[in-house]
Amino acid sequence: MAAKEPDLIQLLLQEFSQQTKFMGAKAGNEYYLEVSKEALPEVSSYLVKHLRASLATMIGNDERSINGSFRLYYYFAVEYEEIFIVLTSAINPVEPAFPSITPLVPSAQWYEREVQDMFGLKPVGHPDPRRLVLHHDWPQGTHPLRKDFNLDSLEKLPSSDYPFGEIDGTGPFYVPVGPIHAGIIEPGHFRFSVAGETILNLEARLFYAHRGVEKLAEGGSLEAGLNLAERVCGTCAFSHSVSFCQAIERAANVQIPERALFVRTILLEMERLYNHIGDVGNICAGVGLALGTSHGNRIKEAILQLNQDLTGSRFLRGINAMGGLKKDISDQQLAALKTKLEQLAGDFTDLAEILLEHDSLIQRLRGTGRLSLVAVEDLGVVGPSARASGCIKDWRKVFPHGVYGQLEFEVAGETSGDVLARLKVRVNEVKTSFDLIFQLVSQIPAGAIVQPVGELVPYQAALGWSESARGNNLHWVMIGPGNNIFRYRIRSASYCNWPAVPLAVQGDIIPDFPLINKSFELCYACTDR
Amino acid sequence: MLGILMKSWRVGIVTRNQQAKNRKFGRSWHIRHVDCGSCNGCDWEMNALLNPIYDLQRYGLDFVASPRHADILMVTGSVTKHLQVALKKTFDATPAPKIVIALGDCASNGGIFKDSYATLGGVDKVIPVSIKIPGCPPSPQEILDVLLAQLQKKVV
Ligand code: SF4
Repeated sequence: MAAKEPDLIQLLLQEFSQQTKFMGAKAGNEYYLEVSKEALPEVSSYLVKHLRASLATMIGNDERSINGSFRLYYYFAVEYEEIFIVLTSAINPVEPAFPSITPLVPSAQWYEREVQDMFGLKPVGHPDPRRLVLHHDWPQGTHPLRKDFNLDSLEKLPSSDYPFGEIDGTGPFYVPVGPIHAGIIEPGHFRFSVAGETILNLEARLFYAHRGVEKLAEGGSLEAGLNLAERVCGTCAFSHSVSFCQAIERAANVQIPERALFVRTILLEMERLYNHIGDVGNICAGVGLALGTSHGNRIKEAILQLNQDLTGSRFLRGINAMGGLKKDISDQQLAALKTKLEQLAGDFTDLAEILLEHDSLIQRLRGTGRLSLVAVEDLGVVGPSARASGCIKDWRKVFPHGVYGQLEFEVAGETSGDVLARLKVRVNEVKTSFDLIFQLVSQIPAGAIVQPVGELVPYQAALGWSESARGNNLHWVMIGPGNNIFRYRIRSASYCNWPAVPLAVQGDIIPDFPLINKSFELCYACTDR
Repeated sequence: MLGILMKSWRVGIVTRNQQAKNRKFGRSWHIRHVDCGSCNGCDWEMNALLNPIYDLQRYGLDFVASPRHADILMVTGSVTKHLQVALKKTFDATPAPKIVIALGDCASNGGIFKDSYATLGGVDKVIPVSIKIPGCPPSPQEILDVLLAQLQKKVV
């Protein structure tokens, strides 16, 4: 526990002396405040409006077996202090409801709907209390994350219709798309309301790829949890595994060897590289510019092959361990990596130059799919999508993990919030990533690669994070008896960003939707879990 | 414009050389992808077949936008409860004769997600599967090898 709480906490406790109680700090920078559930909206809104905190994630937990209640944890990130303020409230099972904070803190909208589906806790006053994760055909009263949930009752789902929002008037009509799409894309259903070609409204119905990952982890070993973390999402596999490992390492309070941190940071950048370069190519695919697509995918493939050489996995699976790494990467391998990346960096610079000087490309991208800064802040959008709209936040800087704190780099940012801005942010981040890897390879120290994590005390919990190509991925793990997982909560970057897509496409035309969607490059697998 | 030409010229041919032994011309297969709940790892490896390194189109293989145009359904992921109907409908919409390929461990047998409340398991729980390609995920080269081997076999 920290010697003294930040002034911020004192301020909060004074302001809400009746409703809050300080419960101490965990994992170094997670400050827990017990709040009566009635006061949740008021305290949350104070945090956001007066202390410039932002809601980072929210976790529901069935703790009836420990203390007789359900419990909610709202994690607010206070970036300028590098701390989290955790508002936590017990919810008595006799009255499974709580006042929704969404009317005051809109970024809570999905979290609270999810808690309603998964735990049967009702967010009273939520402006859109429809189901989110579980589709409408699930029987009433099924809440998979309750500990007493019974799998057997669920063999077949009757089908029923989802109540989509409606558009009135003569002229507008609906265009339904998905869940199976025309390309090699993940499943989701999009309901466009259009007038002519112009999109008036878009509703995305997601969670088709809901695999129940969080529940699967419960009761299993930490190692099994790590395996799942690597399969939350294929293309952010490494970032997710770092977030999971970090949660465990923070809960156990172990120091990871420096070399392991360097390797992790290198691999996080490799993951960013192949994603961003592939995405630059895919944005070109959205406008039919085959040259950009081919070169983007060619360079991406080269990086995936380098990943294979370094770790044995194109998606960087199987190398991370709790407490460090499962295997080392030799200095010779790193030197060879540097040589190959130097060449690819040159290739990418050429490509970026061609694209950013390509008039017809720029004309398609400029002004298309604009997302405002207000929307970014209200919805809690993260990653390159936020940075392209002027919200210049990068968790590599604000909550340094790996060895980012020791490295020199600038955070990319744009202000126009359109597809072009999102492309430019990626182009600049690619250049930074190459540079970071060169710095890391030249500075990496020798030494051990793992510090074993011993047995953890039951019901300890901590948050882990990493900045992936799509934004920060946050994992929260609570340990149960026997060093097994009691609760595992995964909040991916895409989960935060999906609600922004319908806003960005309003007023654009349907043929631009694939382009706009690609510029966000959101993942369904890690959103749906 | 000159930049584009120079770039293409400098990079040259990158396509990985592959002998399609006894490749029968006039045979062409159209593949429709169905994601029924993957982690998207398998999907991206399938997507990589279109990059200039593997360039699957030169073998007479291609991905198509509709099951109505497809000879093969290539399915990824362990079937989620939310996608079982879509998978079945896609299968029904594919003209016979049709081949179903289960791509990856998840599609083959449910993989790491098979015991979840939200999934049914492998693709063969919902539709008949002809070929299983194991791996988590199988590499593009492995997928291509299976496809090319199949191309040389008799008509379905
Ligand atoms: S087999 Fe592996 S890569 Fe493929 S969908 Fe399943 S977990 Fe993902």
